[in-house]
Amino acid sequence: MKEKKSAALVRWILVLIASVFVMFPLYWAVNTSLKQQSEILSKSVTYLPRIPVLSNFIDAWTNVGFDQYFFNSIKVSLLSVIFIVMLSIMVGYALSRYKFKGKNIFLGLLLAIQFIPAAVMLIPLFNIFNGIHLIGTHMSLIVVNVTFQFPFCCILMRGFVDNVPVALEEAARIDGCNRFQGVLKVVLPMLVPGIVTVAAFALIGCWNEFMFALMFLNDPAKYTIPIGLNMMQGEYGVHYGAIAAGAIISMSVPVVLFAYLQKYLVTGLSAGAVKG
Amino acid sequence: MQNADEIALHTLTTGRKRVAKTPYILIFPAIVLIAGIMIYPLGTVFYLAFQNYNPTMPFANGFCGLDNFKKIFTTNEFYEALLVSAKWVVAEVVLQLVLGMIVALLLNQKFRGRGFFRAIIFAPWAMSGVLTAVLFSLIFNQNFGVLNDILKKAGWISQNIAWLANTKVVLNSVIIAELWKGIPFFAISLLAAMQGFPQDIYEAARVDGCSRVKVFRHITLPLLKETIILTTLLRTIWEFNSVDLIYALTGGGPVGKTTTLSLLIANQALRTNNYGYGSAISVISFFLLAVVAVIYIGATGFGRESDLQ
Repeated sequence: MKEKKSAALVRWILVLIASVFVMFPLYWAVNTSLKQQSEILSKSVTYLPRIPVLSNFIDAWTNVGFDQYFFNSIKVSLLSVIFIVMLSIMVGYALSRYKFKGKNIFLGLLLAIQFIPAAVMLIPLFNIFNGIHLIGTHMSLIVVNVTFQFPFCCILMRGFVDNVPVALEEAARIDGCNRFQGVLKVVLPMLVPGIVTVAAFALIGCWNEFMFALMFLNDPAKYTIPIGLNMMQGEYGVHYGAIAAGAIISMSVPVVLFAYLQKYLVTGLSAGAVKG
Repeated sequence: MQNADEIALHTLTTGRKRVAKTPYILIFPAIVLIAGIMIYPLGTVFYLAFQNYNPTMPFANGFCGLDNFKKIFTTNEFYEALLVSAKWVVAEVVLQLVLGMIVALLLNQKFRGRGFFRAIIFAPWAMSGVLTAVLFSLIFNQNFGVLNDILKKAGWISQNIAWLANTKVVLNSVIIAELWKGIPFFAISLLAAMQGFPQDIYEAARVDGCSRVKVFRHITLPLLKETIILTTLLRTIWEFNSVDLIYALTGGGPVGKTTTLSLLIANQALRTNNYGYGSAISVISFFLLAVVAVIYIGATGFGRESDLQ
């Protein structure tokens, strides 16, 4: 009994250390975002804002342009996710329901291209998009997002399609549906949780995309949130309060999605199926 | 089960065995995308590696033979970046594995508030590299950063340290920031595997009076072997490729102390516009990655069975 108590104590200490390590940077960003610039820059560091102000959020949103960045990020991410979900349903269904020649090669390809470094693709993709006059457009980002995110989503979606019993489709057939109608009326409704999960994964990936946006976008009016955040850091006389506020604005979407996904992360996915 | 279903559905829908066109139609858009946006551009990297190509100086563009590769192997830049990459990848993967393992072991136990702490500890997984960089730049700041303040109050340092500008500590600072974001991935993968373990073995070990250390050493670790190998391989490649966080936190500086090979490539694209030179480094880093993967897979005997499916 005594040993059990000490083990529980050690566990609690370790859990608390891990939680503090994770929470501290978030707490510090919130703390900084609520301070006035003078308080941030002062020699004596304060662990709670003396007078909490919201001016940094207003500043980041209206003056720095996070209203625009946020809208751009939403637009690019949502359009990307729509294409990713469509592709992953098609591919996931094909992988789950059919045996076909070249299936293993195709699967290997889906896995292998996740290892292609974004840094290596910056130059060749810039050239290609430049050639078709897509540089500077959100379209170029959407194409890249879809290409980089969909392989993982297809593999994920395949697992969800596997869980929809084939017998249901047969029943639909017998009732006079053709295969497409069967998928539309029977499989899709049952896939909704899977689709939401895939969409959430893809949305986090698209929302966080940075390198290609940096390479392709040149007009501040088109910047997405990661670019906006990064540009603020490089400015002379950095406005730290607004940066912290921008960071909190930018994490709002992933945090909400994560709250939904976190159960799936451990229980729903097999090892190696989670993208880092 | 799946197979029987499949055959049943096939005979139901087609009536006879024939080569189905449907799967090819379904994967066609994906193939087009992979070919057009991945494979073809990748091919052009190998072509560009032998070109002098800088979009801001078009008059000097053209075939240049092995010049780019000569530049790589005769200047220090490449070797320094290779060394930084090695340190970066080894430190990240080893620390993430060890700390991720501890977190997974903790969260695999039953205790009150487990779900809550799991959500908190895994949250950085969803954050972007740029966001992580911003969070840590506020902490690491030399003049008003909270890390210096805490260390001074604890009496461990007397002078402020420039965590992101001091050439001796900067790589460690960046490594810590990436750890914050990277530990959850390992913990999630390991925890997912642990929750699938048969409980009766643990029950038997407990009845036999095995210590916790023994249980971990002789039951948990062997059961986790495949997960550890796969996760470590994935992570090695991802960390080798990762650029967002370092780019946003230090840009590779000071004096190249945090410039990994991937960041060196990215900087050719984003800053110096030496596209040919950047492509040549890409080619080399590609081969490096392939060699590492092959050695690793060979050494650990992983991949003999069809693990990937």
